[in-house]
Amino acid sequence: MLLAFLVAVALAIVSMKDLFSVIMLSGIYGLLSASFFVAMDAVDVAFTEAAVGAGISTLLMLVAITMTGRSEDPDRHKPFLALAVVVVTGGLLIYGTFDMPAFGSAQAPIHQQVVPRYIQHSMEEIGVPNIVTSVLASYRGFDTFGEVVVIFTAGMGVLALLSVARRPEDIAEIDSLNDSMHEQHLILRIVSKMLLPFILLFALYVQFHGDYGPGGGFQAGVIFAAAIILYAMLFGMSTARRVINQSFIQLLAAAGVLLYGSVGIVSLLEGKNFLDYGVLSDDPVAGQHLGILLIELGVGITVASVMVIIFFNFAGRRENAHSGEENEMQNNNRGNNKT
Amino acid sequence: MLMDHYNYWIVVVLMMTGFYIVIAHGNLIKKIVGLSIFQTSVFIFYISMAKVEGGTAPILEEGIRQYSNPLPHVLILTAIVVGIATTALGLALAVRIKEAYGSIEEEEIQRQDNLDC
Repeated sequence: MLLAFLVAVALAIVSMKDLFSVIMLSGIYGLLSASFFVAMDAVDVAFTEAAVGAGISTLLMLVAITMTGRSEDPDRHKPFLALAVVVVTGGLLIYGTFDMPAFGSAQAPIHQQVVPRYIQHSMEEIGVPNIVTSVLASYRGFDTFGEVVVIFTAGMGVLALLSVARRPEDIAEIDSLNDSMHEQHLILRIVSKMLLPFILLFALYVQFHGDYGPGGGFQAGVIFAAAIILYAMLFGMSTARRVINQSFIQLLAAAGVLLYGSVGIVSLLEGKNFLDYGVLSDDPVAGQHLGILLIELGVGITVASVMVIIFFNFAGRRENAHSGEENEMQNNNRGNNKT
Repeated sequence: MLMDHYNYWIVVVLMMTGFYIVIAHGNLIKKIVGLSIFQTSVFIFYISMAKVEGGTAPILEEGIRQYSNPLPHVLILTAIVVGIATTALGLALAVRIKEAYGSIEEEEIQRQDNLDC
């Protein structure tokens, strides 16, 4: 049923010309898939998808279309050829699904390999009830390290593409623009002011309770970033920039990766494998616990600061474009007055 | 029996919808939305495979015999966050292209490139 909704939303996205509604629909799509993940028992994944798919990605796309324009050229690129390619590929893929094991079958090969060991022995080996956390942070810790580095690199890429150097007079101008924009919305500001501490507290809970319930560094990082972005949206970028120092947050993004990597180096120096946390304490299980806590902290710090960096750079770019337009308009007016 | 593969069929339909958007639409932002639909269909595929009939969420507790498969959850959990980071990079490129060409329509960009040489 949920899946049918997903298809309906996806088809609506294809036919829409207005990019604003396309992006709103993609937010709905994210929320629907998050609910589907809950139905499939993947609580950790649903958490992440709800914060990312319905929250942050919708927002980033909205900021992007304010800079690139919201309408789409209705001309299609050889639509019938494209449709033919899609139908043929889809047909072949559906033909392929007939060889798949039935949905929900416990005998499927995917459940036979390493997974029984994770389910039966992770408690005595790692000592963490949430199997997702123990696989993520310990059994597949090296893989996760790679993912964190990818996120960090993407953040640096956005920084390289969009960061703008400002002269002081520009900043003053942007400030005045912002103040006029954000003096309205009194109710929104007061309500969100009350909500913010709870969102931040919830993010910390998700971060440190990830061993026992659904949660962990990735989810907590995204929720934390969402709280900061909410603040920046309602109180203006200049206020947010005063509260959150940009170079400090870039330092934090690097520090998270460094923390993760150095936990691995410490275990190397102790004579074990990279990211083998057993050596961090006398008792291997306690060591595992400490190691997971540390690397999840590293993940959380990096994810949160990269998301904030991405948002601030997009929004900063937009402000510059706006103030540039204002300048042009003023110049034009001056020119008109002279004549 | 007939509905055994229902989830996988939906995944294929979603995947092809995303694919169609990517190849048939010229607007770069729309292409990015199409890519993210494609991406989500892969997530749904993995999570559907992880489901075990009668299983619960993979958090160990007394008295529960059957858990869903935790491994795909781990893979997709990290993939979602990596996905948003790379999507942001794509959007940043689109913004820069808009600044350089004044348009994010593929045809228009192609035309300007052809004029240059």
